[in-house]
Parts: sequence; structure tokens; C-alpha cells
Amino acid sequence: MKILTKWLRSYLPELPVDDAQLAEDLTLRGIAVEGIYSLGEGNGSLFEMDITTNRVDAMNHYGVAREAAAIYGVALKPLDISLPEAKPSAKPFDVKIEATDACGRFTARVLRGITVTETKDWYPGAEVETYFNLLEQKKISSAVDATNFCWLAMGQPTHAFDLDKLEGGIIVRRARKGEKLKTLDGIERTLDPEDLIVADHAKPLALAGVMGGWDSMITAETKNVLVEAAWFDPIAVRRTARRHGLHTDASHRFERGADFNAAPVASAIVSKILLAFGGHIEGDLVDVRVPAVEARTNSRAAVSLALSEVQRMLGTTVHSEGIAAPMVEKILVALGCGLAPAGDGVWSVTLPSWRLDIEREIDLIEEVARVYGYNGFANTLPAFGGGVQALPWAAAEAAVRNTMRAAGFHEAIASTFCSAAEAALTAPQPGQVVPLGNPLSEEAGVLRPSLVPGMLAAVAGNLHRDVSDVRLFEAGTVFSGSTEKVEERPALGFVAAGTVPEQSALHAPRAIDFHDVKGVVEQVAAQFQARTVYFDRFPADSGIMPRWLHPYRAARINVDGTTVGWFGQLHPNEAAARKLKDAVLVGEIYLDRLYKLPLRKPAAREVSRFQPVRRDFSLVLDASISWEKIDQAIAALQLPELVDWRAREVFRDPKRGGKEYSLLLGVTFQAADRTLRDEELQAFHAQVVAAVGAAGARLRS
Amino acid sequence: MSNETIPNLESYDDDSLAKAFSALENLAKDDASALGAEDFRLRWLGRKQGLLNDVSSRYLKAAPPAFKKSVGERFKVLKELVEGLLESASGAGPSDAALAAEAIDITLPGTRRLIGAEHPITKTLNEIVNVFAALGYSVGVGPEVETDFYNFESMNFPPGHPARDTQDTLVVANQERRSQRDRLLLRTHTSPVQMRTMEQQPPPVRIVIPGKVHRNDAQDATHSPIFHQVEGLCVDTNITFSDLKGTLDHAMKALFGSSVKTRFFPSFFPFTEPSADVQISCIFCGGKGCRKCKQSGWIELLGCGMVDPAVFAFAAEKQPAYDPKKISGFAFGMGVERIAMMKYGISEIGQFYAGDMRFLGQFA
Ligand SMILES: [Zn+2]
Repeated sequence: MKILTKWLRSYLPELPVDDAQLAEDLTLRGIAVEGIYSLGEGNGSLFEMDITTNRVDAMNHYGVAREAAAIYGVALKPLDISLPEAKPSAKPFDVKIEATDACGRFTARVLRGITVTETKDWYPGAEVETYFNLLEQKKISSAVDATNFCWLAMGQPTHAFDLDKLEGGIIVRRARKGEKLKTLDGIERTLDPEDLIVADHAKPLALAGVMGGWDSMITAETKNVLVEAAWFDPIAVRRTARRHGLHTDASHRFERGADFNAAPVASAIVSKILLAFGGHIEGDLVDVRVPAVEARTNSRAAVSLALSEVQRMLGTTVHSEGIAAPMVEKILVALGCGLAPAGDGVWSVTLPSWRLDIEREIDLIEEVARVYGYNGFANTLPAFGGGVQALPWAAAEAAVRNTMRAAGFHEAIASTFCSAAEAALTAPQPGQVVPLGNPLSEEAGVLRPSLVPGMLAAVAGNLHRDVSDVRLFEAGTVFSGSTEKVEERPALGFVAAGTVPEQSALHAPRAIDFHDVKGVVEQVAAQFQARTVYFDRFPADSGIMPRWLHPYRAARINVDGTTVGWFGQLHPNEAAARKLKDAVLVGEIYLDRLYKLPLRKPAAREVSRFQPVRRDFSLVLDASISWEKIDQAIAALQLPELVDWRAREVFRDPKRGGKEYSLLLGVTFQAADRTLRDEELQAFHAQVVAAVGAAGARLRS
Repeated sequence: MSNETIPNLESYDDDSLAKAFSALENLAKDDASALGAEDFRLRWLGRKQGLLNDVSSRYLKAAPPAFKKSVGERFKVLKELVEGLLESASGAGPSDAALAAEAIDITLPGTRRLIGAEHPITKTLNEIVNVFAALGYSVGVGPEVETDFYNFESMNFPPGHPARDTQDTLVVANQERRSQRDRLLLRTHTSPVQMRTMEQQPPPVRIVIPGKVHRNDAQDATHSPIFHQVEGLCVDTNITFSDLKGTLDHAMKALFGSSVKTRFFPSFFPFTEPSADVQISCIFCGGKGCRKCKQSGWIELLGCGMVDPAVFAFAAEKQPAYDPKKISGFAFGMGVERIAMMKYGISEIGQFYAGDMRFLGQFA
């Protein structure tokens, strides 16, 4: 919306600031001036406004002037509604409101003997030509321009009918099925029985509050006019306008709630301009009102406002006087409220008919704060009482994220959604997938039941862009349940592809493999206080292995007897479907299950100061014997001096046909209280040999 | 140690040789630290029983001609090692020539291991949360799938509000049969956690709420159907609008530097009244005006306001202490993506969710 400061100032003769200051002050009070354009010497500026829809009262010059008057505490000139003496009429013009639910007030004034001419600056206060030129508003005729001028001045839409085209009086009613109306845009419309119309006794004349009719419009030949100014219901106007695909200045205003009291004022403004080139008024203004509508707009109950509430809500001001009673009164009266004392520090406030957005005490307090200026309030801090509580799982989540980052994985945030097919592939609980009612696309049709689809999309995105080293994780929410009840759980997804080390001129890179990722999983699990952590897999035909994993290169993660996740190499079929040539390692951990465990609390043990002794055993094992067997066999010895053992090297000689493999077992003996003697060591050595022998290993000779 | 002998050589292939010589090198190193210089010399370099002598005769001399060269090379390395170890053991330290022979090219790039990066959204979100934690705010979180009641109704969104339209909100399928307030949707803001917290806990409340939210928005450079918010709620007796101003002014200075100024504009949100938009002085030009702030010197950053009494009325259904006549409070909210984009100079919001290693690696 455009506002001329020249026009504004005509209502504010005492305005103490220049246009730039005015713009800033209005903006800081929520009447936003988005642009200021100087119009040259003596013409002031044009303001491009951005006014929120709840402030429809300020979408015109007089409304903005009222705001400025309140801000600066200056006088607002009343609108000129003086009219020449009317000639008597035999009987008042007949107006009837049938649709009392949708039309709250209808005023009609008869003007006779007018001349339709070109627009001019008619008289002081009606500089229509000057203002329209500055606004670049198209001039049409003195009659049309009068209604536009009135609307731009004070926001009330009006309509002028050629009185001689009317048959009988006015009826505001709903249209009848099959009725037709040619509107001002020249379109012949078939009316809907829900349409609110202004009709005469024979035919529809206008879509009420939206657009006038072609046949009754003012022309160059028009001599006698009926000026309409009315209050139409917002919803009725919106529905009529939408049905006919129309959005007009009038409908815009009525849809947002017009001022019940504006009709007679607007009627006077339009009539006075139309009479400026001859003619006279016939009879008194006909003013039909619907009491129920008047009660909820013009005659709303007064609101009680306590000064103590104003101060309790708003607090301290920069200036030491604060918000005192005279300030509250000055601001609210300037906005059109009436304040009557109603006890100690309490007012009974009547509400202006043009501010339907004000209904409650808090609305009045907001008005006081707004006009006082938000930046006039001090910056204070509330007193701090009570302690800060961390989320119960915040430390656990931080430990998981830190471990993943320390392992070289970047954090990613993927889509919350995936396709139904991806969900079916990756859902840990089959069938528990929640579809959306209005998905963004088919690929985003359901809430993700797993973080795996997001991880696979991310790895594919990187590999397809020739970024070959990928390490990503996401700590996010996964969804299960049904459309009746949705469950949310925290999960950790991760994916890796490429080589280690990532970049070196000196060390040959090798492909990242299952055990690299297993190490990361072990480190994540090690953040928690678990009794057991182990990994297993199930026969390919058992149906237990997730379908997205390579059945022989994947593992279940089991912590304290609970499945907490799966990881491994992406199933070759899934890799092929995503055109991934490199091996991709991917997995998911159900964090809600890990979070049930306490975080591991490091406890220092005494470090032995006696010499450790390392022994290596070169073993040959049948291919069916896994490390786990050897590991368990040594653990079962429960030797306190056997402080460490590990697989140092595994060698599978292809020449031996994969039937057996070599394992270099490294064992460290150390006592806390003594140096180990040779004979002790020999005994331990023999125990280890016997244990691994029982597990199926033999010593390489 | 004395009963240790040199390992048997299984064959002359590279693997066997490497294994055997690696064991010998380890043995030499162990001996060097365990034995005195003279004992070490005798054991390894003794003219008759020295281990090097044994290696020479058992590996090198016994080697078939085809393997003489490879065994010889390894033997030479072992010998140099033993001599070096002896030099160190006898205290003189290696000669400069010996050290020079070990020269490396220190200008080659270092071998780098990936350091995982925190996502810029997580990073920004944590920064904001930490500022409010220092002001005494606990962290509150809630579900991403919400009911219409918590997302809209209890936040004082009137029934016809456009945000309730599926044009703007992503909804769970098959909700048509349920009552309006029970219908499930993807939360459009983190405000529902305000109501959930108040229902659980009487005042005073001081929480900061980070979280992921969704809108049915088409993706463009600055809009995404997925984004993150941090909201805050402070309720107590005598919480005022000037407290809201002071809190956010302090928070913006903590986040963007102590020279940053704030200013407050009237705005409209269903769940607060009075409501305000907050601008900070442009962090790029210091308020002089630049392209980033459209020459205004100010950047709009967050929305806030005093909690609307209608919101307290909903909370009071479960916690009667939320009596708007006795308590008051403020709430605020900000978009994390917008702040992260500003802080890190990111022009496309979609980059946050693409999982591109090159983009994410910049934040390590
Ligand atoms: Zn700037």
C-alpha cells in the first residue's frame, strides 16, 4: 500500500518531524514503511507500506495519521463530513437488509442533478487530482474517483449507483439460483445461492462488498446517484469473492473487518465531492443497522484495564518515570479508546469500532507498549532462581557423537523421510512404517524407520561426485508404530567407503574394511558400562540378517544380551541398485537401548612397575575355527598374570585352498607384585598352548 | 633370553624372509635395552658365537644363488641396525654420517587422518543453547510428530489459521477420522515443547528448546521443508517485557559479539502478546549498511513476545499455577539454519542436508 506524506500531513498540521523520521517512528511501532521515495519539492514523499493483516484500520491515510498522532501526541484533524442542506423527499429511499447475518449496516443517500466530469482538486481537503497524480492512481471520472479517494483517505469502500437504472428500493440478500449479474469488469456471472448481493426489487445490482454491476454503473450521462456505504461480514465477502475468483480493494477491506461506524462518514465524503460540480441531496441519509452486528463491533463491552497489570507485564523503561497513568491515557485515547476511571488504578476502556483486533486487557497493554515504543523499554534480566537440569541422555549423546568424530566421521543431517520401498528394506520392525498424508514427493512418502536410507543416499551422493573417501554419521530420530500412534527413538547411522589412510604419499592406502568399522562400533559401545559386548551373525537363510547387509560380511551388535544394532558391508544387490561400485560399509545403532546403560566411568588401576614379558605363538587353525574360540579359551584360563592377548597377524595362504589359516597370537605376562621367573613363564606358556590346542589350534612347528 | 636362537628360515620367499628378519630386528632392539653395551656387542657381533655370524652362515651362505641378493640386502639392514644400537648403547651416539643416512624429506605433506566435523547446524544449535544454559535455562526437547493440540490449538492458533492448512504443514496419513486436536502432524515449530513442559512442571520455568521442525515448503536457496529452531520460555512471577529485551540483548551479544546492538519491532504471533521481531545491528558492516543487510544496517533474527494469557489458560488446565493474573513469561524463537548461514557464509540451505563430505569437512 502507498501513502503520501503530503496527504498525511493534511490531517496532522502539528506533525513535528520530517518524512524520514516519521517513517522510522512508524516502522518501530509496527506500521512498517518499507520504502521512502521523494516526490520533489513541495510534494513530500511516497511511503511503500507493509502493514500486517490484523491492522486493516491502518491501511489508509487517515489510519496512518491516527498512528502518527498517537506517537507524537499531536492533534488529528477530524474528517470533513459537512454537507449542504438536503431538499426534502416524499418518502425515504427504501432499503431492506434481508441477509442480516451478512450485512450489518447499509446507508444510502440520494443525489440528484449531478454532473459527471473530470477529476479536479475540488476543495481544500479533496485534492483528488493532486493526490492521484502523485500516487500515479489512474483517473477515471469524478464519480469513480470520488469513491476511490474516499477509500484511500479513510479505508471505507463505497459504491455509487446510477439511480435511474434502479427499479424500486434496495434489498441486501443472498442470490437466487440462476440469477445473473454482469459485473464492472464486463463479465457476465451466474450467481450462486450463497452469494451476498445488493439488488433492487427486480434484479441483482452488485456483488456485495466485492464489485458493482455493469448496468447500474455511473456513466457520463448519469444525473442522479445513489451512494452506498455499508458494513458486510468478512466471511460472506471472502466466500463470494473466492467463488468468483475476484480480489478487489473493497473485498480486501471487508474480508479483514471494516469499521461499523465508517459508512455515514464515507457516504458524506463521497457525496460532498460528487456535489462539488452541482446537484443536491434529496432526503435524509437512510441508515439501516442490524443490532446484533452492531453489538459485536461498535458497542462491544468495555474492557477493564489496571495500571498495575500494565506495569507488571511491561517492566522498566529507559526513562525513569516509567509507564504512569497519564501515559496510558494519552496513548489509548489517541488510538480512539474511551477511558473512564473504575476504581483505584483501574479504567473501564471502551474500544474503537475500527480496532476489532483489540478485545482483551492484554491487547490494550500491547497497544501501550507499541505506541510507547518497544525500544523505550530498558534491558533488564530476570532474577535467576533454581538450577539448570541437563537432559538425562545429553552426556551419552555427546559421548557417541565425540567418539564418531574422533574416529574420523563427519556428522550429517539427512532427510526425515524416505520412500516406502527404502522403509520396507530397512525398518527394524517390519510393517511399522508411518506414511504421510501429504508427502513432499513419493521418495519422501514415509517417516524414516531407520537412518540407513539417509546414509546410503549420502554415500551415493559423494561417490557419484567422485568423492571416494566417505565417513559419515547421523545421530537422529527414527520413527515406528502406525498412523494411530507414532514412536520416536534416537538412533546412530554410519557409513564408510574408500581407503585408509585418507591421504599419504608414503603409505600405500588400503580399502577400509569391516574390521575398521567394527573398531569404531566397539569404541562407541565402550563408552557405556556394559558387562558384555559381542558380535555375531546368522545363517543367510535364517531371515534374521537385515536384507540391506551382505549376509557373510555383517554382524549383529549385542550389548548385555540385547541387540543394539547391525553393521557390515552393504549387500551387493543394494550396492548395484544404487550404482555403487566400491564396497560400502554401513550400519545403525539403536541408541535408546545403549542409553539405558550408564556411561563408563574411567577408574584408574595401579600400573605394574615390573617388566612385562611378551610371547608370540604361531598357530595353524582350521578355517572353521574363529578367533572368538581362541579368545575364549585363553580367557577361560583366568590367569591374573596373563594381562593381554591379541591376534597379531592373520595369514590366509591361498595355496592351502582356504582350508586352514595361520594366526600369530601375542600374549603378555606381567605380575603386579614381582618379576616373573622363568619357570613361571614356562608354566604359563604350556597352559596357553594346551588351551589353544583344546580349541583346535596347533603350534606351527 | 640366552636360550633364544635365531628363527628357522622356512623358505627364501619374501614373506618368510620379512618375518624372520623382523623377528631378528625386534630381538636386537630388546637385547639392546636389556643388556649392557659390552654384553650386547659380544652377543651380536662376537667373532665366533655372535648372532650376526650365525645369521650370515645360516641364511646368507646357505641361500641358493637366486636368493643371495635379497638375503644380502636384508642382512645389511640388520647389521646397520645392530651397529647403530651398539653405538647408542656405548654412549657415543651415532655419528653424523649415520644420522645423515637417515635423512627424510620433511617437506612431504604429513599423513593426515580424517577428523570428524560437527555439523554446522549442531554447532550453531549448541552455541545458542549454551548461551541460554549460562543464563539458567535447562534444555527441553519433545517429539517431532505432534498432535494438532500441542502444535496449534494450545499455542492459540485460531481454527482458520493458514498454518493449519496442509499447504503449510506435513501431516501423518489417515487422520481424518480423529478429532481435530488429536490429529498427528510433523511439528512446524518447537513451541509444543513449551506446553508439554508447563503441563509437567509448575512455574518457575526456564527452558531452551532446540529441535528439528518441518513445513510443507518447496526447497529453494533459503527455504527447506526440514529446518531447526531454538525456542526459549521463561515463566515466573514478575517476568516483564523489559526482561525479555534484556535477555535477548544479552544473548545476541554473547552469540555475535559485545558490540552488537538489538532493536525490537511490534509483530504478531498467536502465542505471544505483545509480540516483537528482533533485529541485530549488521554483523558484516557494523550497521553502516551493506549488501548483506540490504543497506539497512540491521538484520532480522528472531521473534519473541510475552506469553499470551490464552496459552497460560491451556497450561492451567493441568497446572493451575499458570494463572495469568499471578505469573507472566516470555518466549522467543529463532531459525538455526539462518543463523548458521550468516555465520559461515553459506548461500544454499540445501547443503546442510546433502551429506557432502567436501561441505561438511570444512567445519572440522
Ligand atoms: Zn550490513
